[in-house]
Amino acid sequence: MSGVTSPAGAFSTRADRFRQRGLAVGLVTAVGLTAGCSVVGGGSDDGSDDSRSVVLVTHDSFSYDEEVVAAFERESGIDLDIRQSGDAGELTNSLVLSRDNPIGDVAFGVDSTFAGRALAEGVFEDYRSPRAERGADDYRVADSDALTAIDVGDVCLNIDREWFAESDVPAPTGLDDLLDPAYRDLLVVQDPATSSPGLAFLLATIAHAGEDGWRDYWTGLRDNGVRVTGGWTEAYTQDFSGSSGNGPRPIVVSYASSPAAEIGADGTPRTEALLDTCYQQVEYAGVLAGTDRPEDARAVVDFLLSEPFQAQLAEYMYVYPVRADVELPEAWREAAPLPEESVTLPADEVEGNRDEWVSEWRDLVLG
Amino acid sequence: MSRVSRERRPTGTSVSASTRRRVGLVVLAVVPLAFLVLFFAWPVLAIIARGFGEGGVSDMLARAQTWQLVGFTLGQAAAATALAVLAGLPLAYVTARLAVPGRGLLRVLVTVPFVLPTVVVGLAFRALFGDGSLAAIVLANAFFNVAVVVRTVGGLWSHLDRRAEDAARALGASRWRAFTSVTLPALRPALGSAAAVVFLFCATSFGVVLVIGGARYRTLETEIYLRTVNLLDLPGAAALSLLQLAAVVAALAVGAAARRRREGALALRSSAETTRPPTGGDWVVLAAAGAVLVGLLVPLVAVVLRSLTTSSGFGLDGYRALTGGGEGGVLRISVVEAALNSVRAAADATVLAMVLGGLAAVVLARTRRAGATQLLDTLMMLPLGVSAVTVGFGYLVTLSALPSGLRDSPVLVPFVQALVITPLVIRIVLPVLRSVDDRLRQAAATLGAGPVRVWLAVDLPMSARSLVTAAGFGFVIALGEFGATSFLVRPETMTLPVAISRLISRPGELNAVAAYAACTMLLVVTALVVAVVERIRVRSDTVGEF
Repeated sequence: MSGVTSPAGAFSTRADRFRQRGLAVGLVTAVGLTAGCSVVGGGSDDGSDDSRSVVLVTHDSFSYDEEVVAAFERESGIDLDIRQSGDAGELTNSLVLSRDNPIGDVAFGVDSTFAGRALAEGVFEDYRSPRAERGADDYRVADSDALTAIDVGDVCLNIDREWFAESDVPAPTGLDDLLDPAYRDLLVVQDPATSSPGLAFLLATIAHAGEDGWRDYWTGLRDNGVRVTGGWTEAYTQDFSGSSGNGPRPIVVSYASSPAAEIGADGTPRTEALLDTCYQQVEYAGVLAGTDRPEDARAVVDFLLSEPFQAQLAEYMYVYPVRADVELPEAWREAAPLPEESVTLPADEVEGNRDEWVSEWRDLVLG
Repeated sequence: MSRVSRERRPTGTSVSASTRRRVGLVVLAVVPLAFLVLFFAWPVLAIIARGFGEGGVSDMLARAQTWQLVGFTLGQAAAATALAVLAGLPLAYVTARLAVPGRGLLRVLVTVPFVLPTVVVGLAFRALFGDGSLAAIVLANAFFNVAVVVRTVGGLWSHLDRRAEDAARALGASRWRAFTSVTLPALRPALGSAAAVVFLFCATSFGVVLVIGGARYRTLETEIYLRTVNLLDLPGAAALSLLQLAAVVAALAVGAAARRRREGALALRSSAETTRPPTGGDWVVLAAAGAVLVGLLVPLVAVVLRSLTTSSGFGLDGYRALTGGGEGGVLRISVVEAALNSVRAAADATVLAMVLGGLAAVVLARTRRAGATQLLDTLMMLPLGVSAVTVGFGYLVTLSALPSGLRDSPVLVPFVQALVITPLVIRIVLPVLRSVDDRLRQAAATLGAGPVRVWLAVDLPMSARSLVTAAGFGFVIALGEFGATSFLVRPETMTLPVAISRLISRPGELNAVAAYAACTMLLVVTALVVAVVERIRVRSDTVGEF
C-alpha cells in the first residue's frame, strides 16, 4: 500500500485515516519530545545585569584548574564567563572585527606573533597590573601597557628518543644539524601560513640565520627532504614517530612542553625538545577597549597574574608562568625544562614582515 | 503546523481565490526567508561589504592565482562528485531494486560516513595515500557524499515503474541499453539533485583539503579561511567569497535545470513492486556495490581500530577516558556530556529546520510562477555553499545589533545547524509535495474543506513519511556539523565533533585514543538514529530524495 502510487488512498478507508492521523500525531509528539531535551530549554545565563559577570575571551587551548577559578569567583564576587574562539590568530582577528562592540570585557591568549596587530588596531586599553613587576614586565611589547604577559611557551624541535637510540645517527642538537645529509627525510614541519607553530619555527630560523640567511637555510632544508604539513595535528600525531601515531619521521616542530605529555610506562618521556632550537612565544592578556566593566576586567588580569593561577599554568596549559616566584611541578621540570636561550623577534618586526616572509617561504619551499 | 491557518481568510469576502492564495503563500514564505536573511544573508553580506570597504577586491579578482584557485576548487569538486555518483549508483540500485537481505543495514552503513569529523577522515585518507595526494582529496570528498547519492537516487529508483524497462528488454534491448535509454533518463531529476548537493559539499569541503592537501593544495574554502582567520585580509576573502557564491549559484542552476524536466511527472510505483531477486547481470552490480561498501568501511574500521590501539597493545583506555575531559583538562566537560550537547543541539536544529524547510517546501510546491520558485529554491540552498568562516565572522560584525546578547547565546548553535539542514529538508520533502496530484486538493476543496483541512487531509498524510526521513537525515547532519558550530560553541555547550577536533590537536596518547573513541561513539549514535529512521521507513513507502 503506497500513498504515492494511489493518491486516492488518502481518502480510502477509515483504517488508513487512523493510521495517517497516528503518523501526524507521532510527528507532533516527536517534535515535542525533542524540544524537551533542548538547549533552548536548558536556560542560558544572560543575567549579566544582576550578577557581576565578566566575559573572558580566549583561545581553544585555554584550560585551567577549576578550583582556582572558583576560589577567585568566590572572593571577588565576579562570575567569570569564558568564551573560546579558535587559535591565537582567530582570537586576535575576532577582537579586531568586533572592536566597536567588543565580544567580551577582557581577553587572554593574543600571543607575541599577533600582539603587534592587536596593538595597532587599538583592541586593548591600557592597564598596568600591580603584579606586573614580578615577571610580566620583562615581556612588555613596545613599551605599551595595553598587553600584560601571562605565560611563556616555546616552539622547539621535538625528537623521538627511542628512534635515535636505535639508529646510527646521533640526535641533532641545533638547527644547522638539519642540513646534514645524515638527517635527510627525517624532519616534518608545518606550513607557517596555516599553523602557528609552523610560523614560530619560520621565525626561529629567521632569528637564527638572519634576515639574509634564512632563505638559504630553507633551500637547504628543502633539498634535504623536509616534509611540510598543513597543521600541527598531521605532523605530530601522524608523521612524527615519537607520538602515538608512530609515523616515519623522528624530528617534528612542536612545543617545548610536548614531551611532558608523552611520558611512557617507565616514567620518562619518549620524546625530547631540542632546547637550542626554540622560539619563544609569550601569551598576553588585556582589558578590551570599550568594556563597560573596566574595574572587574582589570581584576581578572590581576587574577591571571596571581600566585594560584600562575602555579597551575604548567600542568593545565603546558606553558611557563611569567612569574619567577611560583613553584613548578617536579615532573614538569624534568620533562619540559625551560630553554635557557630561546630566540624571539620584536613584535613590530614580525607584524611588519610576517605576510612577506610567509609568502616568500611558500614560493621557496613549496615552489 | 498551525502556521497554515494564516492562510485562512474570513469566508465571503470579495477577495478572489487566487489573490488569497498568493497572499497566503507570501505569508508562509516570510518565516523561512526572514530566518535566512537574519542568520545568513546579513552576516555574509556584512563581512563581504567590510572587505569592499577596505578596497583591493578587484586586484584580487585580477590575479591569475585567484582563477587557478577557482579552477582547482571546481575541478576537484567535479571529480569527487563524479566519483560519488559512480560509486553511489550500484549501491542505489542494490538498495532500491534488489530483494537481497540486509538492505536496511546497507543503508545505515552507507549513511554513517557522513557524520565523521573531516579532520579524522582527512587523517585516515592521508595515512592510506600519503601527504599531498590529490587522489586522496577526491576520494575523501567522495567518501563523505556517497550517502547523498544512494539516498537521493535510490529513493526515486525504488519507485520507478519497472514495466518500461521490461518492455525495452522484451523488444530486444540489452540490459545496458535499457538502463541508458529508459532508466537513466527517468533518474535524471534525482541524479541532478544529488550531484548538485554533493558538488556543493565538495566545493566547500574544508577539513579534508587542509589535512590531506597539506601545504600543497588549496581551495577557495581553505583560502577564505586563511585570509580571514590568519591574515585578516578581508578584501581578499571578500573577493574569494564572491567567486564562491557565483560558483554555487551556477551549480544550483544546473541542478535545478536537471530536476525541472521531470519532477512530479513520473508514474511512481510502490517499492514492493519494483524489487526482485538478483539475476544474471545483477550479480555484477552487487559485486561493484560490495566493493564500494568495502571502500566505505575501511576508514570506519581504521577509526575503530585506532580507538583501541594504545602503546601497550590493545586497550579500552580511550573509552574509559570518555567520561573525562581529556588529559590536562583539554575540554571543560566530559566527552559524554559533549555527546549529549550534540544530541540536544541537533534536536533543536532538526525541529527548526523541519518548520523552516517544511514551510519553504509548501510554498515551492504551490507557487505557479517558475521564476519565483527558482529564486526561493536557490536562496534556501545557498547556506550549503558558503564558507563557514564567512558566516562565523559575519556573526561577529552583525549580531551585536540584535537584542539581548543573541551573539553570545547558546541557541545560535542549533540555528546555524538549521541553516545547513534546511536545504536538505526541502530537497527531501519538495518532490513528494510536487508529486501530489492537485486534483486531490481540488476535490477536497469542492467537498467543502478549507485550506487547512485540505493540507491536513491531503498533503500531510502523503508527505508525513518523507518528513520522518528528512528529520532523521537532518538530525544526522546536524550531529556531524563542525565548521559553523565550531565558531559558536562555548566550553560548556561544546558538541562532539568540536570536542574530537580539540582532543586530536593536543599531544598525549590518551587524548589521541580518546578522540578516536569519541569518533566511534559518534558513529554508533549515528547508526542508531539512522536505524530507527529506517525502521519507520521500512513499513512505509516514500519518494524522498534521501
